[in-house]
Amino acid sequence: MQKKTTYSFPDEVLEHVCSFIQSDKDRNSVSMVCKSWYEVERWCRRKVFVGNCYAISPRMVIRRFPEIRSIELKGKPHFADFNLVPDGWGGYVLPWIVEMAEAYPWLEEIRLKRMVVTDESLELVAKSFKNLEVLVLFSCEGFSTDGLAAIAGSCKNLRELDLRDSEVDDLSGHWLNHFPETYSSLVSLNISCLGSDEVSFSALECLVGRCPNLRSLLLNREVPLDKISNILRRAPQLVEFGTGIYAAELHPDVFSNLAGAFSSCKELRSLSGFWDAVPAYIPAIYSVCSGLTSLNLSYATIQNPDLTKLVSHCPSLQRLLVLDYIEDNGLEALASSCKGLQELRVFPSDPFGAEPNVSLTERGLVAVSLGCPKLQSVLYFCRQMSNAALVTIAQNRPNLTRFRLCIIDPKMADYQTLKPLDVGFGAIVEHCKDLRRLSLSGLLTDRVFEFIGRYAKKLEMLSLAFAGETDMGLHHVLSGCESLQKLEIMDCPFGDKALLENAAKLETMRSLWMSSCLVSLGACKTLGQKMPRLNVEVIDEKGPPDSRPESHPVAKLYIYRSVAGPRLDMPPFVWTMNEDSV
Amino acid sequence: MEVGLKMGFEETELRLGLPGGGDGGEVVRKRGFSETVDLKLKLSSKHGGSGIDLSEEKKMTGLNKEKNLLLSATDPAKPPAKAQVVGWPPVRSFRKNILAAATQKSGSSDESGGEKAAFLKVSMDGAPYLRKVDLRMYTSYHQLSDALAKMFSSFTIGNCGSQGVKDFMNESKLMDLLNGSDYVPTYEDKDGDWMLVGDVPWEMFVESCKRLRIMKGTEAIGLAPKAVEKCKKRG
Repeated sequence: MQKKTTYSFPDEVLEHVCSFIQSDKDRNSVSMVCKSWYEVERWCRRKVFVGNCYAISPRMVIRRFPEIRSIELKGKPHFADFNLVPDGWGGYVLPWIVEMAEAYPWLEEIRLKRMVVTDESLELVAKSFKNLEVLVLFSCEGFSTDGLAAIAGSCKNLRELDLRDSEVDDLSGHWLNHFPETYSSLVSLNISCLGSDEVSFSALECLVGRCPNLRSLLLNREVPLDKISNILRRAPQLVEFGTGIYAAELHPDVFSNLAGAFSSCKELRSLSGFWDAVPAYIPAIYSVCSGLTSLNLSYATIQNPDLTKLVSHCPSLQRLLVLDYIEDNGLEALASSCKGLQELRVFPSDPFGAEPNVSLTERGLVAVSLGCPKLQSVLYFCRQMSNAALVTIAQNRPNLTRFRLCIIDPKMADYQTLKPLDVGFGAIVEHCKDLRRLSLSGLLTDRVFEFIGRYAKKLEMLSLAFAGETDMGLHHVLSGCESLQKLEIMDCPFGDKALLENAAKLETMRSLWMSSCLVSLGACKTLGQKMPRLNVEVIDEKGPPDSRPESHPVAKLYIYRSVAGPRLDMPPFVWTMNEDSV
Repeated sequence: MEVGLKMGFEETELRLGLPGGGDGGEVVRKRGFSETVDLKLKLSSKHGGSGIDLSEEKKMTGLNKEKNLLLSATDPAKPPAKAQVVGWPPVRSFRKNILAAATQKSGSSDESGGEKAAFLKVSMDGAPYLRKVDLRMYTSYHQLSDALAKMFSSFTIGNCGSQGVKDFMNESKLMDLLNGSDYVPTYEDKDGDWMLVGDVPWEMFVESCKRLRIMKGTEAIGLAPKAVEKCKKRG
């Protein structure tokens, strides 16, 4: 008989080891080794990420992880950014705050994305979490400066307040005054989304002046150019700075003040803001350009040659966000000056114009792909593309991890051959083996999806519009993309067959969005009834889908895995296809 | 059930002489909306003539009418006024608005620069939450009225009620809402005054509108005199 030897060490040791494991994936793996490891891990987990706030209930999270100090929640589907999700859809944070207020009094970090955050929620946060250090509201909405005042007034340990891209009701600029005189721990403040005309400059200057650890300050558009110098002089240690409106009449005094203020900031590595920038004041930042690693000019209306000149001054650039005013020439210059570039985003200056207003084509992107060996992440809006260009990009930049191409006119073919862009995107997925995120555009048949299913094994997020011909397209993606987490589709001729055949796949993904496709109500009901761990939600603003025949395609469909069952806060235009409710 | 703007102002035509022209200048009708613009908010989808016919929708195979128009435009000499497809191109609202401001600045010479966001809140008396519209997506009051009707019709199709409670086709609820009162679209302009929608030419409206409110007709009565005064001020 063999003697069984049990190897074990005290829980404390395992806990200590665990504390070095930060990655969620690894933590999850640890918890699945055995029951005792599961127990140890759950007691020492400090950080939790909930990618879909409806996938699980706050109670369940709290029950499993009683000692959380940091939480990140995401609400609305990504396409909400483009107004495809009607207001009132959901994503309310209040129920989470209510539960966590009781369970996690020592909570230090709250990060929310695309959630509805009310002043009531913020007031509850301020009241309940005395140790709060980080509050990030990324693309959130539903709150006003009153809620911010509550946070400012109560959170004595606040280090980071980041409101990026949120929609805030500006009731008064005086919320800044609610930071007590004794408060000095601010490290990062992003108020770039605020619109109020009444930003209290004196309060801002005072705040900046008494926070010696301030590293990141992103101002809102309303802060005029001539106020920047005062702020910069009070915070020469800034690493990241966002200006307000970067336009004013040229006064030599203002200019030299500004230039001087910038030059005193020896640590500055990232600049943004530059709303309505005028060329006259751009040289004021030249002294810091050589050290800049990140530059966001996507609100700057400057054009060539000033724009290209500026970019050429920044050889250390790793990240550039810019409007298509940079044009192909500017991108070629970028390719030769910024050899360390990792991320490029080119936004359209006139997305709804019928005619191109700038000379930006596939040429610019090809130039950057050839010239910048470290390029990993691309977001590019343009008006023409060719398979040849895409193949060149793919072959030269196999290290791409994010590739989002938006050819502005739907269903544009290869402008040289008039063929679909299947082969070009096929090359991207074939060569870029670590590709995690892909957005397609242009004329695409089912063939591109064959390539994607075959090659895009690491792909986690795929965005489609006006693409494909039959259900086979969707089938290739769902059956082939092993790592797929998020799939969002608009205006593609995909219907019931592929969806129902790959129903099981949907449980392995975070979510699927389909709008203006061909999925019938009947199929949605079938899916909802057969798959209890999926929430199948039909969004229809015209009235109950039941008032139309089962074969009728639904307007919008959002399917996500959930262990919490169908949600209880659906507005009148969202219907669940769950068995009990249908 | 038809809901209309009930105002007897057709007789108060204001004549605006165009700069450089004499009295023979064009009449700009400030109250002529009932001729040029049909501002009836049709809140029931059963009413013919507004909204997309459902059988038509089926034929569209997932693409709506506007997109087909867009894609089939073949005349190269005349670039089509792009009908804007919701969600395409995938540009976030705050980027759209900034660019709109910039192009306005560089484009027309007499527009005041620095436009605020074109995304506006729309509230409807009695509705549980606000909606938002981007006025730049429309080129006429008619389009706007259609869009508003579609947006708020879901509230009156009987889906009103507390969280989670659905009253399908509850006739009495519908009648309660609409009983004796017409719905009137109003807006708050740059000066903070509440005006009736349809008073001014479309472009002027887009410029000055800060938010929209669809109020019960009974509440809107007080707005009329203000609107007339404002027009007098503007000459």
